[in-house]
Amino acid sequence: MSGRRPFMLRGRFWVGMLPWAWLLLFFLLPFALIVNVSLSTADLAIPPYVSPLHATEDGHGVELVPDLSSFRRLADELGSIGEDGADLLYLQAYGNSLLLATLTTLCCLLIGYPFAYHIARSRESVRNVLLMMVMLPFWTSFLLRVYAWMGLLDSSEVGLINQLLLGLGIIDTPLPLLYNTGAVLTGMIYSYLPFMVLPLYANLVKLDQRLLEAASDLGARPITTFLSVTLPLSRNGIIAGAMMVFIPAVGEFVIPDLLGGGDVQMIGRNIWDDFGPNQDWPMAAAVAVVMVLLLIAPIVVFNRSSRREAEEQP
Amino acid sequence: MSRSSSRWGAHSWLVLVFAFLYIPILCLVAFSFTSGEITTQFDGFSLRWYRSLLEDGEIQSAVWLSLRIGALAATAAVVVGTAAAFVLARFRPYFGSSFFAGMTTAPMVMPEVVTGLSLVLLFTHPALSFLGGRGALAIWAAHTTLCAAYAAVLVQSRLREVDRSLEEAALDLGCPPFKVFFLVTVPVIAPALVAAWLLTFTLSMDDFVLAAMLSDPGSTTLPVLIFARLHHGLKPEINALATIIVAIVSIAVLAANHAMLSSQKKRVRAD
Amino acid sequence: MEAQQPGGEAPYLRIESVNKRFGDNHVVRDVSLGIARKEIFALLGSSGCGKSTLLRMLAGLETPSTGRIVLDGEDLATVQPHRRPTNMMFQSYALFPHLTVEDNVAFGLRQERPKLARDAIAARVGRMLDLVQMQRYARRKPHELSGGQQQRVALARSLAKEPKLLLLDEPLAALDKKIRQETQLELVHLIERVGVTCIIVTHDQEEAMTMADRIGVMSDGVLLQVGTPDEIYEHPNCRFTAEFIGETNMFNGRLESRGVVCPDFPTPIAIGPAAGVSQGSEVSVSVRPERVLLSREQPENGEGGFINRAAGEVTDIAYLGSYSIYHVRLASGRNVTASVPSARWGDAAPPTWGDPVWVSWKAPAGVVLSR
Repeated sequence: MSGRRPFMLRGRFWVGMLPWAWLLLFFLLPFALIVNVSLSTADLAIPPYVSPLHATEDGHGVELVPDLSSFRRLADELGSIGEDGADLLYLQAYGNSLLLATLTTLCCLLIGYPFAYHIARSRESVRNVLLMMVMLPFWTSFLLRVYAWMGLLDSSEVGLINQLLLGLGIIDTPLPLLYNTGAVLTGMIYSYLPFMVLPLYANLVKLDQRLLEAASDLGARPITTFLSVTLPLSRNGIIAGAMMVFIPAVGEFVIPDLLGGGDVQMIGRNIWDDFGPNQDWPMAAAVAVVMVLLLIAPIVVFNRSSRREAEEQP
Repeated sequence: MSRSSSRWGAHSWLVLVFAFLYIPILCLVAFSFTSGEITTQFDGFSLRWYRSLLEDGEIQSAVWLSLRIGALAATAAVVVGTAAAFVLARFRPYFGSSFFAGMTTAPMVMPEVVTGLSLVLLFTHPALSFLGGRGALAIWAAHTTLCAAYAAVLVQSRLREVDRSLEEAALDLGCPPFKVFFLVTVPVIAPALVAAWLLTFTLSMDDFVLAAMLSDPGSTTLPVLIFARLHHGLKPEINALATIIVAIVSIAVLAANHAMLSSQKKRVRAD
Repeated sequence: MEAQQPGGEAPYLRIESVNKRFGDNHVVRDVSLGIARKEIFALLGSSGCGKSTLLRMLAGLETPSTGRIVLDGEDLATVQPHRRPTNMMFQSYALFPHLTVEDNVAFGLRQERPKLARDAIAARVGRMLDLVQMQRYARRKPHELSGGQQQRVALARSLAKEPKLLLLDEPLAALDKKIRQETQLELVHLIERVGVTCIIVTHDQEEAMTMADRIGVMSDGVLLQVGTPDEIYEHPNCRFTAEFIGETNMFNGRLESRGVVCPDFPTPIAIGPAAGVSQGSEVSVSVRPERVLLSREQPENGEGGFINRAAGEVTDIAYLGSYSIYHVRLASGRNVTASVPSARWGDAAPPTWGDPVWVSWKAPAGVVLSR
């Protein structure tokens, strides 16, 4: 009797199979293909690579003949650090991406935490309106919001900020605001801020006000209460928000492309260029593989914190 | 006194951040009404850019394609995401379940360039030509994968709140398991499903990277077209388009919020 | 072993050696039980004792690891929950929030195959709502009802299909204390009027004793004792039952021919007939507080001869109106609780804190329990 089939087995099986099959086909398999292509040789063909999987000579099996030249290119850059005139195209892009993503995450946290905290602490009717106001820009087109910053930061005298500063007599000649790292950072903070605020808000709004009252009743000063109660309790929200910003920011392509001009190299742009104009798909795949390897740790942290957050719900 | 000064600080911080969020959008809207050619200089009020938008067939067909892909991707994503959410929230832990959980949410944070590249490799792979290569169908599949992750997270959090005895009660009253899902579970989580559909619809409408990598000449979505135009000369026409999008989104969000509030009020009154 | 019935006829529901394990966790241990037609039976125990799991196995929401469940001659083990002739009222009531009261009650009827006619369903729903006096609220949604009203709708819904067995999971736990007491008897009358066999799961002994014909006490997955409320109270068969049902004074000692030798008393405790306990074994004697007599003077031996007595001092009094709870410390330091009717003292002043008093009880009041 204990071997009886669970009553829902058949229906449940199919419910479970649908997402599994979908993710297998459109997430896992494509990933295997990235690894495969990163080990292939670039070629003038359609698609522009020669797979490292060849039929064996007897025609019965498949053998792997990997072409490691793409990875060797990255390793060579690593080896040539410190040499004069070394070409550090990819390495610099990786460094830039990680640095900009870190800065973006930190800035979003510094701006977003007090922001989310004050929204979560306001009256419920006000809270809903404020939350809606955070969501609203998030629902409008991302490209157009970046485009708005192109107009604001424009380095000529018609740039909006330059117009304002010139008009007020603060400067005489327009400032070079666009097409540099600062412009990219501004655009990234602007675009990713909602991704930080929403998980933080979702976490902070659950925070029991009575805990804070208990802490102050026990004689804790507001700053102590914040450091010893609020901050530790919102840990999951901070991790989730930070990862929601950091991971996609590392691979960001659009913002550096539109606001960064030619100087700001980021890894997302390199992949885009190798994939597009350069038609070097193996190189693009290798760069992507390395990026995913760099991001595995943050992704695992994100998954764990978001699962914990989901399970802690009442 | 310190209390009121901290409240003043809180208010001014909220005002500052909201200003940061909204000034760029307000600028876009303002300059859509200029009569000149420059997107950042107001040369007098006119609706000429709205008129030129109406006459721009390229944009209209891009909008139409984006709407279709968005609606179909959102629908598919809600179906796949709800199934995934059901597995995550309702199944007992099984072999590989935490791997599955990780894989479900991974597309949400994975850099789009990587997801895009991996899907291009899938759709252009010689052995997988039956998938049809790049084009609208590939964009739809890519968006569904990305959006399903968001839908799964949203629906899962709602499912975990639902009293499981509701489903057991339906079963106990003679309802077969399959029907329980449609007669009880779906109606109870319906608001989350609607929210998930709306969110994933806008995600799909908004996505540039996946669409750009997977598009072929016949399948230019709105973001792909906008991006191309941003590189080849700006005209306030884009501002007019942005204004229309902002208006539609604002109305939709306000309506959704109103519906949510009134249903909440009804519930509060009953208590 | 066949579970025995008070009437001697074959039981309507037979639970035979049912076990349930969740992994290493043995939640229900070898439970056997027989329940008569139209009986109201309460499963009583603290949370986590396995009573709810047993109930869920009856409903089919859990599958027994081993054992059989036979209802009206039909083995339910392989019957899926939606095909069982049982209906359950859930602790949370589990009213469908998107359906009106009448649609909730009609839900089960609409699942019947072959299909019931529309007007037959409407008529039955009307009868059910009449029964629980909720006819006026037929078009309301559950969230527009009070807790007591929701409870009645849930009851109507679980009765609508005329189940062979009605399962109530903590039926009144979600209600306020005052409404709960009113509802207990109302619920019993209703179940008796419908004439359905009913199993109630509860952690509230008062609820079990008010509502049930018989009670089964569960602890740690084991069904310890089955009996009528007064059997369970007056003749507990183990320490757990004696302590779980009501208050009691428990004295530990060794059973000898003269009685139970206990360090708290100078002479052995005189007891009634002790069945099933052998001489020389370690035992406990349970004495209910209302059996303990309190007096200022040393009590005399009664006509029955044996009376147990000890001198002590009042340490605490809880005045509860019609009676008071006295806490008396004996010379050994041991505390004894006595429940004393307020009328006991007549016109004399009752003893107060610090007064020297005697506690005593008649031999048959002490129930001997093996340890």
